[in-house]
Amino acid sequence: MPVDVQRAPGPPRIAIYNRPKIRAGFYQLVLLAAASWLGYEFALNAKANLEAQNITGGFGFLDNTAGFNVNQSLIPYNESDSYGRVFLVGLLNTLLVSGVGIVLATILGFLVGIARLSPNWLVARIAGGYVELIRNLPLLFQILFWYLAVLGALPAPRRSIALFDAIFLNNRGIIVPVPIAGQGAGAVAAAFAAGLFATIAVAIWARRRQVRTGRRFPTILVACLLLVGLPLLVSAAMGFPIGFQKPELRGFNFVGGIRLIPEFVALLLGLTIYTAAFIAEVVRAGVLAVPRGQTEAALALGLRRGMLLRLVVVPQALRVIVPPLTNQYLNLTKNSSLAVAIGYPDLFAVFAGTTLNQTGQAIEIIAITMAVYLSISLATSAFMNWYNAHLRVTER
Amino acid sequence: MAQPAQLSFVRRALVEPEPPPVTGESMLTLTRARLFGGTFNTVVTIVSAAVIAALLWPAVKFLLIDAVWTGSSRVDCLPETVGHEVGACWPFIAAKFVQLMYGFYPASEQWRVDLTYALGAVLLVPLLIPAMPYKAWNAVLFFGLFPVVAFFLLVGGVFGLSHVETRLWGGLLVTLVISFTGIMFSLPLGVVLALGRRSQLSIIRTLSVVFIEFWRGVPLITVLFFATYMLPFFLPTSWRIDPLLRVLIGVILFAGAYMAEVVRGGLQAIPRGQFEGATALGLGYWRTMGLVVLPQALRLVIPGIVNSFIALFKDTTLVLIVAIFDLLGQLRAAFADPTWATPVTLFTGFAFAGVIYFLVSFGMSRYALSMERRLQIQQAR
Repeated sequence: MPVDVQRAPGPPRIAIYNRPKIRAGFYQLVLLAAASWLGYEFALNAKANLEAQNITGGFGFLDNTAGFNVNQSLIPYNESDSYGRVFLVGLLNTLLVSGVGIVLATILGFLVGIARLSPNWLVARIAGGYVELIRNLPLLFQILFWYLAVLGALPAPRRSIALFDAIFLNNRGIIVPVPIAGQGAGAVAAAFAAGLFATIAVAIWARRRQVRTGRRFPTILVACLLLVGLPLLVSAAMGFPIGFQKPELRGFNFVGGIRLIPEFVALLLGLTIYTAAFIAEVVRAGVLAVPRGQTEAALALGLRRGMLLRLVVVPQALRVIVPPLTNQYLNLTKNSSLAVAIGYPDLFAVFAGTTLNQTGQAIEIIAITMAVYLSISLATSAFMNWYNAHLRVTER
Repeated sequence: MAQPAQLSFVRRALVEPEPPPVTGESMLTLTRARLFGGTFNTVVTIVSAAVIAALLWPAVKFLLIDAVWTGSSRVDCLPETVGHEVGACWPFIAAKFVQLMYGFYPASEQWRVDLTYALGAVLLVPLLIPAMPYKAWNAVLFFGLFPVVAFFLLVGGVFGLSHVETRLWGGLLVTLVISFTGIMFSLPLGVVLALGRRSQLSIIRTLSVVFIEFWRGVPLITVLFFATYMLPFFLPTSWRIDPLLRVLIGVILFAGAYMAEVVRGGLQAIPRGQFEGATALGLGYWRTMGLVVLPQALRLVIPGIVNSFIALFKDTTLVLIVAIFDLLGQLRAAFADPTWATPVTLFTGFAFAGVIYFLVSFGMSRYALSMERRLQIQQAR
């Protein structure tokens, strides 16, 4: 009896509405339609609301006169300038406080992070205590603390606290001396440039010689001499052309020097100290990520601690450290918008704060402000992707 | 890179041997080696001890020894009255305590807030202790029933409870309400967004990526401004959204985007075999995710989730900029009271609020750490 071989059925027949591709397409279209409808509704509502409140949309307001003053500006600004210029002033102030903050937070963060790994218990504990305390208190709390409790408690200008008779602390800010370039300052600058070039040349030569003969050259010492000693020598020869304009108390206020407004100092302190705690953790994680075998192998090869760090640990740790470090820089920049709480005139405070209050152009102003922060973020992450691809370990 | 062939130098003499590392000694020897091994180390130790003393002693002196414990006005906290240097002025906190805890919540109704806290604590504590049974029921009660009960208890207007407007809320109450609501809603939103970001459907993926990156790319304060000033424009004029609710929407969107990235990390850590196994068993997308992938992924990222919660808790302070008076906002308002204006008022207030913020954040981070250890042990098995 012939076996009744059942033919393998072809691909099962699926109803058209059950095919995965069609279903996926359908659901996506529904989602897209819902999103578009939501956007359309928003636009309609915005139009109706703006008409009801008599607000003309558009970016024409940027040319109008601002009419308010700003207590710190890097570019010339006065009340009769436009809102567009206010935007620029705020943007520059944001970049200033973020830039300085990033530099200081990096230095402090690396110091604390390395101190946390110190073999000395007390040092490690101090660094650990710092990180735990700072990380667990809100940033805004800290900024307000510095601004209200610490800087606010400083005396009036007449009874300023003087440091080295050059820096003065009072409740109107911190006044620091400014360097003034006199006759012959150019020669000193030239000497510094020459020193810089000489240092690079010496470093290259020393490296080649070490590869060739194994003899080391005290590059760092020579570099210090070239970078500091040479300009100093030239400066002495020219009769010290670069002087400092010391702040002086005249009447109720100081004349000369640069006054750092308390808002700037408080914001900078808050951002630096807060971000440094996070950077310290990043650094610690990066160093711990280097396998112990690497250190032991380097020690077995006879490398000293300095060389061990410079040649073996740091290059490997940096690969782990840099991506989260950039993240922290980004956080610091975004957090600088907390300036609005204490009145430092950053982008957010003067633009989304004062300008929004005066013009009522909420949609345009908040959109511009968000766009600025968004572009900074996206630019940074684009750079990070490039950097990561660049640094990826080429494995065999 | 120098090729090995170019290296013509080879060291021939042996380097001096280094002293052996200190291991396995008694506590005393180890401590001595770690603190006083070598001149440099000794100097570092002495300097560190001096730093600790210089920081701790004034703090203790301020908070306890020189502190004023009883009084009724600023006069009691002035050095002239006390007769010596004045530390913390605790009567200030006592006078402002109700305001710092409840804002302007009517005094006769404050039991409702306390009851909510008690209910929350009773449900939360067993949920946090791994050894306690009935986790699923507990979670349903805490995340499902508790928010509803808390909402009606706090807002009122039903069951004979009088209605309390949110503009009367303040202090720690607002801080906790915003944190809890943010946590409650940001986690599901984050899960949905993370799944969307890893979806194979291109439109869904693109929408998720744009959504996540947008909220992550802007500071929280712009999000709060967006929610407070821009959102009303986009909604029909007849809709009157409560200011607190607006802020909550902003916080949820913002925290959800961050949560999505944390959850995505967990999803990426799940091996491909798990997906394939689920598919081989005939599970569809939702069952694969719900029964196989998400339970593993979420458990993996518990520490990350708790860290997001800590960040969210700290970020709630920002609402004071849009005129919602949380703990920090109430504190700032209390500073403005002239009856308590003394040189130490500010420090006292910051010390008090600082302790609260620190205890909550530090507690959460320690919990995350212990969960992390537990997970490591489970995985090692």
